[in-house]
This record gives sequence, C-alpha cells and structure tokens, in this order.
Amino acid sequence: MAVVRREILIAREPDDVWPSIGDPAALSTWFPGIVSAEVNGASRLITTESGLKMPEEIVTNDPQRRIFSYRLTGPMVRDHLGTIEVHAAGQGASLVSYETRCEPDTIALVIGGACGNALHELRRQLEQPAAAAGRQEA
Amino acid sequence: MGRKILFVTTDQQRYDTLRCNGGTIARTPVADSLAASGIRYTRAVPQSVVCMPSRSTILTGQHPTTHGVWMNGVPLPVDAPSVAALLQRHGYRTALVGKAHFEPYLDPFGRFTENSLARLGVETVTRPWADGSTGPHRGFEHLEFATHGAAAPLHYTLWLWQNNPAAIGMYYPVLDPNFNVNAAGGGATGAPQVHDNPIPREQYHTDWVADRTIAWLNSLPDGDDWFCWMSFPDPHHPWDPPASELSRVDWRDVPLPDGYPQDRAEREAILDAKPRHWRMWYDGALVSNYEAPKTWVPATLTADQVREVNARNAVEVELIDEAVGRVLRAVEARGWAADTDVVFTTDHGELQGDFGLLFKGPYHVDALMRLPLIWRPAPSAGVAPSVVTSPVGLVDLAPTFCSIAGLDLADWMQGRALPVSDDAGSRGRDSVLTEWDSDLFGVDVHLRTITADRWVCTAYRPGSVHDGTEGELYDLTDDPLQRFNRWADPACAAIRSELLAALWDAQPPARAEALELQAPV
Repeated sequence: MAVVRREILIAREPDDVWPSIGDPAALSTWFPGIVSAEVNGASRLITTESGLKMPEEIVTNDPQRRIFSYRLTGPMVRDHLGTIEVHAAGQGASLVSYETRCEPDTIALVIGGACGNALHELRRQLEQPAAAAGRQEA
Repeated sequence: MGRKILFVTTDQQRYDTLRCNGGTIARTPVADSLAASGIRYTRAVPQSVVCMPSRSTILTGQHPTTHGVWMNGVPLPVDAPSVAALLQRHGYRTALVGKAHFEPYLDPFGRFTENSLARLGVETVTRPWADGSTGPHRGFEHLEFATHGAAAPLHYTLWLWQNNPAAIGMYYPVLDPNFNVNAAGGGATGAPQVHDNPIPREQYHTDWVADRTIAWLNSLPDGDDWFCWMSFPDPHHPWDPPASELSRVDWRDVPLPDGYPQDRAEREAILDAKPRHWRMWYDGALVSNYEAPKTWVPATLTADQVREVNARNAVEVELIDEAVGRVLRAVEARGWAADTDVVFTTDHGELQGDFGLLFKGPYHVDALMRLPLIWRPAPSAGVAPSVVTSPVGLVDLAPTFCSIAGLDLADWMQGRALPVSDDAGSRGRDSVLTEWDSDLFGVDVHLRTITADRWVCTAYRPGSVHDGTEGELYDLTDDPLQRFNRWADPACAAIRSELLAALWDAQPPARAEALELQAPV
C-alpha cells in the first residue's frame, strides 16, 4: 500500500479553513476535476470532470479535531483511505494535510497528486476570496 | 510570405535507427534524403531522457531545472513559455498533431487540457501565457492528440471509436490491472511489450497522425505561414505495429546490436563497473522509472528477444518514414516545398538491448542520449548541406525556430540556434547538459551530465541509491559503446575535474517554486 501525503500552509485561521473541509458537499468547489459531490448521510458520490463516478464512504467528520476522512469504494482502488487534517500553524495560519493511502500504488500517486493540486486551489480561494467568487460564477 | 516549419518528432527513437546514421535494419529513404539535402547532427543530446521533461524543453527552450518538469508526471504549467506561442503571436498558424505529453495521461479527474479537448470537441482553448496575456493553449491554435495505443481519452481514440471500435482492443494493453506498465510478453519470443496487432495499417496511429497533419495543412490558405509539430507516438514501446507490416523485417535475420554484450559474464561485469543502480535494475532489485515494467527483470532478456524488439522497432520506424514522405508530398502539392523547413528528431532514445536492458531510466549513455536530428532548411534559404559533429541539444530547437521565422530569441530561451556547419562561427564551448531527477515510491535518483568534446561525464547527487560520490565518465572516441567507466581512472582525473567544473558552472537557474509530481506518467 502506498501513502502519498501533501501539505500546505494557508494564511487563514483553522476556523476559516475547516468549513470547506468539513462540508462534504463543498468538495467540488475547491477540488479541480470534481464537478459534483452528492451527499446522502455517510455516503458521498463524486463525479469527475471526465464523467467518472466515484462512490465514497465518509469515515470521520470531526470539527473538534478538524479531521475529515473517507474511503473510495468505487472503481480503480482497493483499500483506500483519504484523510484531511487542519492544524493551527501560528500567526493566523493553518497547516492542511491531505493523505492518500491505497492500493494499487500507482493510483495512490494519481489521487494523491490531484489532492495536492486541490490544496493549492483551496489556498488560492481562501487567501484570495475574490478569485474564489470568480470560480464559482464561472 | 516567410518560411514554414514542419517539425517532426518521434518518441524514443535511437540515433542508429536511421540509415543515414549507420542503421542497417529499417529502410528510411525519406529521412536519408532530408539529411542529404540538409544538416545532419551526429551528437544531438536531450536535456532529459524521458518524455515530459524532454518535450517541455523542446517547447520552452529551457532546461528541466528551469521549466520545472523534473520527471514524468509533473505537468508543465499552462503559462510556461512556449515557442509556439511566440510564433503564433507573430502571425504563424500553429498546430500540434499527435503526441503532446506536457501533461500526465493518468488523469481520472479530467484535470488536464490535453485529456479534455477531444471530449469537448474544440481545436484548442484559451489559456494564460507566460507574458501575462492569453491565447490558445501553449500557443497552438489546433491540437489533435494521439498516444501509444488507444487507451487515453484523446482524439485518436475517439476517431477509432467512430470508425472501428474493435480496433481499440487490438492494441497491446499498456497498463496491467494494477495500473503498472505491463510486463506481459508476446510475439515469437515473449519479449515484454511485444504484441501482434491486427489493426489495419491505415488505422494505425502513425498513419492517423500523418492524415490529420495533411488535413490541417490543407485547411490553410496558400499565403499563411505555419508551424506544424507532427509528433508520432512510435517507435516508443509497446512494439505493436500492424501485423500486416511485420514481414518487412524478419526478426531472425536481425543482427544483435553492438551495444549488447552476448556473453552474460561480460555483460554483468560491464554493469558492475557502473553505479550500482545499473546492476540493481538488471537484477530486478530496483525500478526507478515507472515506464520500465515493474515486474520485468532485465536479466531474463534473451538475445532472440532483443532481435524481435529491434525488428518491430524497425517496422515502426519505416512506417514513420513513409508517413513523413506522404506529408512532404502534400506540402509540395500545396506549392510550399521551397519555403518549408523540415526538422526531424525525437525526445530521447531507447536502450533496445544495450547492456542487456530495454526501455529507459537514469542511464546517461548513447542509447538514450544520442538522438537523430536532421534540419533540412527551406531550399529557398540556400543553406549548403552539411554534417555537424559538435554537440547540440533539444534546448536549441526553440531558438532555431525563431531563427527560421526571423524572430529575435526570447530572453527565456537557454539554447542557441543550431549551427549549419561545424565551422559556422563560434557558438562558445560546445557542451550540452542533461539531467535526471526521479522520486518514485521511496526511490530517488539524481544525475547531472555534461557532453563535451569527446566526453560524457555524469555526476550523481545523493539519493536513496547513491551517496553522491558516484559518477560515470566515458571517452566517446576510444569507447563508443560506453562500456568502460573511467570515473575512477587516475589517468582521467584531470579531464574529470575539468568536466565537473564545467558541469557545475553551467547549471541553469532553478524554477522558484518546485513543481509537484501529480501522476506516474
């Protein structure tokens, strides 16, 4: 099993960052390549830009510890666990980590790469709210 | 009206696969004719020996350290400098037909433009450019993509779906069920990535790339100047040309390459004298490049498998040569022949049996680093045919295109226009840099190489396999097959020091923010 971990510093307080992470339906607003996220209880169905549908099971959504984790149960992956954590980094900033564990290893890299890219988009939106509004309008 | 540019690239083609470069297997009359009437370079060197970094160098005119695409799977930023954008801004019509690969293929999220254009049904999209303006994606107003086989969501795949969907399954499956590069063998010898492909020749991607290039050229008004990058996916593995063409080369008649030591003990002794990742890969103990099948052990490669791989490779090279000939006839039919420059090259080489290895990786030897490069200047330019022996690089192509178009070189370009002869004025020290960086599942390898005069010198930076003291030094005159590593030879200490000083002194500036690996390829 491969583990791909990406981290990013965001110049916003954890309380400002967490709502984007903790709202499972908001994923498509900050994860490039995901066009929709339909939530039904502990299940989430994401649809990618290429039209692929990926069912997920939400494992943890803990606003106190600011941890969100989920399992992809659909095509391509075996034994997947994705975990996003938001930590205070001091001086009004947050350290956000996005870890992907799964088999096969190759897909861990593909998903982990997309997650890393998503963290950059999340930072861009949170640090430049005007840009985020523009993306939603587009 | 100015000069038009037909830029032809293949993928993973060795220098010695062309007859004009001493090849003996494939017949390449079109390339040979271009060489006879143009400039043939005998020491053209890539700045990276894998696709994405090397192709990014061609487009940007920068070394990988500067453009930032440090290994396959790292996408070139959409606003990276582009010679195509420069040409388009100055009135050139621009197209890229065939294999691009500036962005990863493994893309289930559909994040990358290259993987979305066929689905969107548009020729290009508007994107930011390096100069802060916007324009067609990477400067190309027309993009039509193909790659190896028909697995990716590209234009060629869509075309096959519409014209012969059964043909999609005729290709070799590039990936195995675990999404690793497939190690399955085929053909008569069971060689990895060899496959009998029943696809009709006219539907094979080589002919499709030529067809679509001709279609685009024929869509242009007579008076337009154009830059067309025709990019063939072959002869990169898998080696699965149309089965109807296999009789061109009987693998049983193919001589073993000079670079393949037939005696196992000799072969392994040569590997043992090189930095240890050579022998580790050979033994199946280490894979540092995703494109080398993870479960394939090079030590199992047989002489007959080498013959069969080389035979299939030669068939693919012949099909490309014929396709180029067809496009040149179309150019002539439009009345453009006198004003069209043709540049033919590839992105990197292929081991193809040398040292008992196939595919590619962090191995900076001629198999991967000596490339076919031919520039046939527009006949109207009156440039005399010549052979250039000084080292040149793919980094020199973007400046060459500017030179052909009569444009000043952009300040972001790091190469120089290709010389038209060995005595065409001083270009400064004739040396070329090549680099390798990879970090894949805990294995990281880092090489820096300089090719200068008669030497190739590679220094290893610390990684998971090397401690930073290793290196390779080859005398290309006395040891053209690079069998004898002179790195530790006291007799070569002075030249080693001189080359290392030049290597480190010439390192290009690094991109301010490192780019992240986003996929394996």
